[in-house]
Amino acid sequence: MTNKVWVYIDQFKGAPNPASWEALGFAKKIAGEMGSGVTAVVMGSGMDAVVQSAFAFGADSVMVCDDATLTDYRVEPYAAVLAKMAAEGKPEVIFGATSTRGRDIFSASAVDLNTGVIVDATDVANKDGALVVTRPVYAGKLLSTVVCKERRPQMILLRPRAFPAPAEEAGKSGEVVKVAPVLDEGSIVTKVAEYIVEEGQVSVDSAAIIVAGGRGVNGSEGFDPIRTLAATLNGAVGASRAAVDAGWIPYVHQVGQTGKVVSPDLYIAAGISGAVQHQAGMRTAKVIVAINKDVEAPIFNLAKYGVVGDLFQIVPALNEEFKKRLGK
Amino acid sequence: MNVVACVKQTPDSAAKLQVENKHVTWGDAPLIVNPWDEYAVEESLLLKEKFGGKAMAISMGPESAMEALKTCLAVGCDETYLITDPALKGSDVSSTAYTLAKAIGKLGDVDLALFGRQAIDGDTGLTAAQVARFLGWTLLTYVIKIVEIDPAAKTIKVERMMEEGRQVCTANLPAVVSVVKGINEPRYPSFMGIRKAAKATIPVWTAADLSLEASKIGASAAAVAWEDVYPMPVKETKVDMIEGASPAEIAANLVDKIMAEKVI
Repeated sequence: MTNKVWVYIDQFKGAPNPASWEALGFAKKIAGEMGSGVTAVVMGSGMDAVVQSAFAFGADSVMVCDDATLTDYRVEPYAAVLAKMAAEGKPEVIFGATSTRGRDIFSASAVDLNTGVIVDATDVANKDGALVVTRPVYAGKLLSTVVCKERRPQMILLRPRAFPAPAEEAGKSGEVVKVAPVLDEGSIVTKVAEYIVEEGQVSVDSAAIIVAGGRGVNGSEGFDPIRTLAATLNGAVGASRAAVDAGWIPYVHQVGQTGKVVSPDLYIAAGISGAVQHQAGMRTAKVIVAINKDVEAPIFNLAKYGVVGDLFQIVPALNEEFKKRLGK
Repeated sequence: MNVVACVKQTPDSAAKLQVENKHVTWGDAPLIVNPWDEYAVEESLLLKEKFGGKAMAISMGPESAMEALKTCLAVGCDETYLITDPALKGSDVSSTAYTLAKAIGKLGDVDLALFGRQAIDGDTGLTAAQVARFLGWTLLTYVIKIVEIDPAAKTIKVERMMEEGRQVCTANLPAVVSVVKGINEPRYPSFMGIRKAAKATIPVWTAADLSLEASKIGASAAAVAWEDVYPMPVKETKVDMIEGASPAEIAANLVDKIMAEKVI
């Protein structure tokens, strides 16, 4: 296993985080510049399909730790395996997707490996093997460039949707190296009791389309037209802090400085004034559409398209129009 | 149950930031307790009220971070400690985590170290995990609810917020826990609390007090170095206001534009 560039493939219950494929696609480019292939690192249980997908998205080889102790995500067994693999394989760089799990696993194993972690990368430039990483700081008001100068591996988590997704090519394969787990169940103190998952909802983290509501939706039932439009567009439902704090919608939907940072292709903000804290979470969306009664709302300074009007008239009308165009 | 909240002093989220010579400045905008850390402080107070013991807060930073610790005292923390030393300037995440781990070790009898999920300046969200690793403690991140704690059995049950939903898990104490919004509603300082805090003398710990190894702290030890920092380039967008005689007409005009963007 001599590849210098590795990519950690984040997955939940066997479903890969799509941002991992973005990381794999980008890793392939960097590896090419370093004259190396890309090794995908897969951990979990029942990972055959994920391993196949890793090849389909461009991995040259896969290291897989497939074990019952990895069925549920827990930082201890996952970080232990990554740290051991990296200590032995000595990659130059390990990429991954910025996610709750990615942050945990990279942080913990970086301590073991005596190296640094860079998260939320939105751009990476290769300067003779040292990767110069651009990442937003201060809630996206500033950009910083950082480098992991001497220590290796460089551990870099890429922000979801900041890098293009590679094309999937079925039927590809390569070398698969099976790796044994490091910890046995008896030495893992964290036990997972259950999951509480809102079924059938698209998560805002990786959504290509987000329809979000704010103070203007004026109550929990006010989110109904927002949900309907999001469903028509196969998108996720977002919310401003005002709507979450009012108790109209759970926190998991909150976009902004104290919520999620998202960069969808399309962000429709309905009844959101667009305070700087909300902008921190969505300013990198490709196309922003704002619907607000108040022509002075700051969201219009950020939006590409705006409608001054009542969201309860405009959003249902938009839904009807999209259904027509999309043949739904 | 002794709980310590690790807090960072940050510029206010509404501060107008400037960059001079690769240094970020914020004029006379107020410095605050990192908003995420307020949830950690509040949780330490709630746990103290429920189980007894001490609610403490520590901060690593310049002398000015004393003010953040006074805020912690004003809301009800029993003890606070400031870790400050010129040798710590320029520390990266892992040096900071190493230092905080040493400070938590010095506090001694601690069951739980609480962190906000990230600081609103550096925005990394990595420190809690690294502190846990340095201490060899259980790590539970993105906790939105502490379901139960058994101080005698030294166990904890929490709900963690992941992208897909909540993961409910049990683990052993001592633990490092990072918390998210929704776990509690931080209280305001009381008048008496503010008076008490104003009079308090906050102990200061230096690198020597924590027996920190010089090779592991400060700018020279940083694995990750800041090369540059600059304002986010402003996207020149002039909003295109969509009009029409009726909601249906506005919708049709807007959908034309959105479809032309090829984002659907």
